[in-house]
Amino acid sequence: MPTMNMIQALNSALDVMLTKDPNVLTFGEDVGYFGGVFRVTDGLQKKHGLTRCFDTPIGEAGIVATAIGMGAYGLRPVVEIQFADYIYPAYDQIVSEAARLRYRSAGDFTAPLVIRTPYGGGIFGGQTHSQSPEALFTHVAGLKTVIPSTPYDAKGLLISAIEDDDPVLFLEPKRIYNGPFDGYHDRPVSPWNKFAASDVPEGHYTVPLGKAAVVREGSDVTVLAYGTMVHVALASVADSGLDGEVIDLRTLVPLDIETIVTSVKKTGRCVIVHEATHTSGFGAELSATVQENCFHNLEAPIERVTGWDTPYPHAFEWQYFPGPGRVIEALKRAMEG
Amino acid sequence: MKNRARLSLRVPAPPTRPGDAPDFSGVKLSGAGDVERPDIDASPRDMSELAFKLIRVLDDKGQALGAWNPKLDPETLRRALRHMLLTRAYDDRMYRAQRQGKTSFYMKCTGEEAVAIAAAYAMDRDDMCFPSYRQQGLLIARGYPLVQMMNQVYSNARDPLKGRQLPIMYSSKEHGFFTISGNLGTQFPQAVGWAMASAYKGDDRIAASWVGDGTTAEGDFHHACNFASVYRAPVILNVVNNQWAISSFAGIAGGNESTFASRGIGYGLPALRVDGNDFLAVYAATQWAAERARSNLGATLIEHYTYRAEGHSTSDDPSRYRPSDDAKAWPLGDPIERLKVHLIAIGEWSEDQQQAAHAEAVEQVKVANKEAEAVGTLGHGELPSIKTMFEDVFKDMPEHLRRQRQQMGV
Ligand SMILES: Cc1ncc(C[n+]2csc(CCOP(=O)(O)OP(=O)(O)O)c2C)c(N)n1
Ligand SMILES: [Mg+2]
Repeated sequence: MPTMNMIQALNSALDVMLTKDPNVLTFGEDVGYFGGVFRVTDGLQKKHGLTRCFDTPIGEAGIVATAIGMGAYGLRPVVEIQFADYIYPAYDQIVSEAARLRYRSAGDFTAPLVIRTPYGGGIFGGQTHSQSPEALFTHVAGLKTVIPSTPYDAKGLLISAIEDDDPVLFLEPKRIYNGPFDGYHDRPVSPWNKFAASDVPEGHYTVPLGKAAVVREGSDVTVLAYGTMVHVALASVADSGLDGEVIDLRTLVPLDIETIVTSVKKTGRCVIVHEATHTSGFGAELSATVQENCFHNLEAPIERVTGWDTPYPHAFEWQYFPGPGRVIEALKRAMEG
Repeated sequence: MKNRARLSLRVPAPPTRPGDAPDFSGVKLSGAGDVERPDIDASPRDMSELAFKLIRVLDDKGQALGAWNPKLDPETLRRALRHMLLTRAYDDRMYRAQRQGKTSFYMKCTGEEAVAIAAAYAMDRDDMCFPSYRQQGLLIARGYPLVQMMNQVYSNARDPLKGRQLPIMYSSKEHGFFTISGNLGTQFPQAVGWAMASAYKGDDRIAASWVGDGTTAEGDFHHACNFASVYRAPVILNVVNNQWAISSFAGIAGGNESTFASRGIGYGLPALRVDGNDFLAVYAATQWAAERARSNLGATLIEHYTYRAEGHSTSDDPSRYRPSDDAKAWPLGDPIERLKVHLIAIGEWSEDQQQAAHAEAVEQVKVANKEAEAVGTLGHGELPSIKTMFEDVFKDMPEHLRRQRQQMGV
């Protein structure tokens, strides 16, 4: 089986789907000839032709709107927004249109599009190349939100997203495109090929939407994470000496409540980790969900480790990024509580 | 059944790609001095053909020709030339600093220096600029200290923006330079709003903004044109057509279908199309638009036709998507070279003086850089205080941020 980093796995997913389904096409800023600023669409234009993988004007609203129109025709467009930080001009098209087409037309029209976009910090990108805007989208009825944390999942989830008949926002944690960064920024990051999750089948396979993965079993405390923070959580658990159970949510909407609840009922403790700002972050939804379902099993208050409620500051990357130091403290608090 | 071919989807492609010889045969240029200069109160309808021509003052021999010649005195031209040299030397040094790992990112404006510097010369010092990330020349021409710019690029303890912004995202109200956003185009309609405010207050200051060719595809470009036209806002709306938006040629932004200047026609705006590598032409067009705006006659859209001579940023490698010697083949040349040739042609400058001026600029940059580096570079030396990270989110720090700051332990 070939070894792929996350970029290659995403590229492979697009390649497989472009080959399999003539209704699939992909476009976005610098996506065509150049193959995307992160190279996710590298070689696809050459292989599949100019009309199936192409460059667009710099207009995110236009990109998403035309994808909606194509979806209404019956195509399955996969668009790239170059950075999640630049998705906001398309917000109206996503929130008011893509997410509601099915509902408002009683199923007459649908928008089976995928919006891929790199998100998250840890790359010294400053406030406009580092954001984690997932909660702005999970709040929207009718929109699925997916975030992979390994090359294997990235490919399988992207194929599922493309085959899904509803609009899917597919957020790619760019910090772990090349290797699973665990938050220890002063240590080198091993490339993906050192990890089993980089064994990615060449052909078609899916990882289902709406299913979390228990990536480490444990009995002391449940850690809920997604994207880059899955790897931070794993490293933190390892270094805390605790027997933590780490759950990679993989899909935020629809959320795999069952996996979360089963785990928290077992451990009685829960730490939630995300990089996005604290207030109204997805952690608030997770915390409420755990409380609603596991109140009588909880031995300690639920802990949230998140980015601070400030824009992402360029010079303070590692003070802002919720790294292992803060996660380990939260794990300890959860054990004491 | 009509005898018609089936529909097919058109996706534009540039004439050349890596490995090809550069080909600018499709570029149509007006001759220097050939384009008429309307009165500043001319009706946009009567001057719409200017959106398809190219205002040029300097010819290939360095002669200044025609009605658009601003007839600047040689001393002003020499100062402007030095500012362009300084901008280029600054860019080269900061680009190198990024390569040396002293900062995370940098963007040059090489080949486009005239666009910003000539505008700074043609506008009043109090006029307000809403730039994109490629008009560092405005700050340099307005005398913003180089060392301050470097402190920002290095996110060090003396960074006026406290380490918050990506390098080159400067801000200086004192220099009439609006805080740069990473989100393309947002500043364009904001400049219109600033200009509307100036009109509302009966002020005499005007605003100007700049976006790239690629950015004209954003909705904000169109909001700016529409609001500026409706409210006759005293603003100069500049499109810097350097023909590339990262890897996408201007055809992807619609540049093959019509000129960027011509976008203004539908909004009823006067639209000028200018040789962006001709300092005198940029100066003259800006001055015309500024005069018109200050006379309460409203906004002008100016397209500056130029060429992005280097990569988009330090993260880019243009040899992957365009012929590597494209910039050298670009028929409108280099703005510094062209102003130099003009000054020499009129007997006000020499190659020796040029060399000395270049060396001076490099030295000035070197001295400033030494000072900035002595303070600190990204992550090294004296850094901004971490405490400041929670400031300026709001005017007064709310309780939840105070608590978060405590949690962080500072
Ligand atoms: C809203 C938004 N979308 C995308 C980007 C990413 N991006 C940064 S610069 C750039 C190209 C801009 O090209 P152009 O407007 O021609 O300006 P130039 O870089 O040539 O000066 C792109 C796509 C962004 N910064 N903001
Ligand atoms: Mg451009």
